[in-house]
Amino acid sequence: MPSTTPGLPTGLPELQPAISAQDLFVERGGRQVLRGVSTSIPAGSVTGLLGPSGSGKTTFIRCVVGTQKIKSGTVTVLGESAGTKQLRRRVAYVTQDAAIYPDLSVKSNVGYFAALYGRGRAEAAAAIELVGMADHANHLAANLSGGQKTRTSLACALVSEPDVLVLDEPTVGLDPVIREELWNQFRDLAAAAGKTLLVSSHVMDEADRCDRLLLLRDGTFIADDTPADLRASTGTDNLEAAFLHLIRELDKVA
Amino acid sequence: MSIHIAHTRRPAHTPNRSGFAAPIVFITAGRILRQLLNDRRTVVLILAVPSLMIALISAIMDAAPQVFASVGLILLAFFPFMMMFMITSITLLRERTGGTLERLMTTPTGKLDLVGGYALAFGLAAATQTAIAATVAYTWLGLETAGPVWAVFVIAISASLFGMALGLFVSAFATTEFQAIQFMPVFVVPQLLLCGLIWPREQMAGWLQGVSDVLPITYAVEALTEVRVNPEITSTMWTDLAVVGGAVLVAAALGAATLRRRTG
Repeated sequence: MPSTTPGLPTGLPELQPAISAQDLFVERGGRQVLRGVSTSIPAGSVTGLLGPSGSGKTTFIRCVVGTQKIKSGTVTVLGESAGTKQLRRRVAYVTQDAAIYPDLSVKSNVGYFAALYGRGRAEAAAAIELVGMADHANHLAANLSGGQKTRTSLACALVSEPDVLVLDEPTVGLDPVIREELWNQFRDLAAAAGKTLLVSSHVMDEADRCDRLLLLRDGTFIADDTPADLRASTGTDNLEAAFLHLIRELDKVA
Repeated sequence: MSIHIAHTRRPAHTPNRSGFAAPIVFITAGRILRQLLNDRRTVVLILAVPSLMIALISAIMDAAPQVFASVGLILLAFFPFMMMFMITSITLLRERTGGTLERLMTTPTGKLDLVGGYALAFGLAAATQTAIAATVAYTWLGLETAGPVWAVFVIAISASLFGMALGLFVSAFATTEFQAIQFMPVFVVPQLLLCGLIWPREQMAGWLQGVSDVLPITYAVEALTEVRVNPEITSTMWTDLAVVGGAVLVAAALGAATLRRRTG
């Protein structure tokens, strides 16, 4: 069951939630994808949205950025209804497949998104540097590897210096070294810069990098907790086992 | 390959350091033009093909210069219309299927910024194309009009903007580039056949004339005919141009309506 009073990770100040969902229902193609999910995500934290493919992760993320039609319920981001005009300057979205222009260079791609937010070339160059793409800045996006495209897409989001960064499976297909570096970067954005990150993944070993975890299965949250509390409450020492434990418990009830 | 974490970032709401933010419609147009310019082969084809086609028609109709005067002139407006329809429908389809449209909808970009950006960028491409084709036709192919060349230019650009707006609208109904190309015979060819280019409109069956009456390109062609035969700008030409302009606005509004911020 989703907990209503999320225990904040120690060391972070208590703030109003950056993202909150209330009783959210979404139907896609006549199928219920989200079935009444509620949660509250604290500002300045990294929250992992975990679950098998098809569990509704992308749909939940699209609700947060305001591109998903909602059947009922509410999603509030930074105190406003998700997807409002004001929020579009403060929330950045990195889609699962790198949404960049293949016929533009890395520099032009990031420069374009920079300009949309009133940022200049210096900021674009800094964002490209930040994701380690400076050596490829003049390459056409079409000629990049999958991981390089993902990082370019990430730079297009980082350049807007968003308060809330929503990433849909950003580490799929990346090699372990880059994955590690990206996660360090996510942690740092939250800890040092006070940003709120919502990161979906289906890789359980990334869960330990998060302050909080949302476990999604068949359109409902089966856990909404810190990694430590999740391990404690399920009596397991790894999160994969904790997730399986929760699923078995649910199946027993059903 | 290492990622350096630097925190020289400032809060998100402070204004741009340079103090100047270009309107998003221009930023969008710049991005679309840059995409186009990165594709050199397409640029060459866009600029050269209409001139070559009109030269070909001129050679075919060598024995009947008065027929070329009419057909060549119509083609001068028809090529930009067709080109804008094609490149807008394909480019926009790519935005829809490539995820960039959804992404843009989460940025400060408005729907009209996007429509306007396409109109500016491809309108500029159409203007360049028309300038080259008109220069070739008037200078070397002996094309003559009683009225001024600038009027031909204005009609051609209006027709091209209609092609852009129609392509934008139609791209919503295609899920693949194959389908988008197949919309050409559906939306473009009938306008070519019924506009009076290959057969006089008054000799068509009544119902076909009725169909022809509601197709905007018919009015662009009528406007061109006015320029061809009248040394002065006629009120008929202005009326025709207004009809084409109205069609651009309707098609652009329909096209903008297909750009959904929230989808199912």
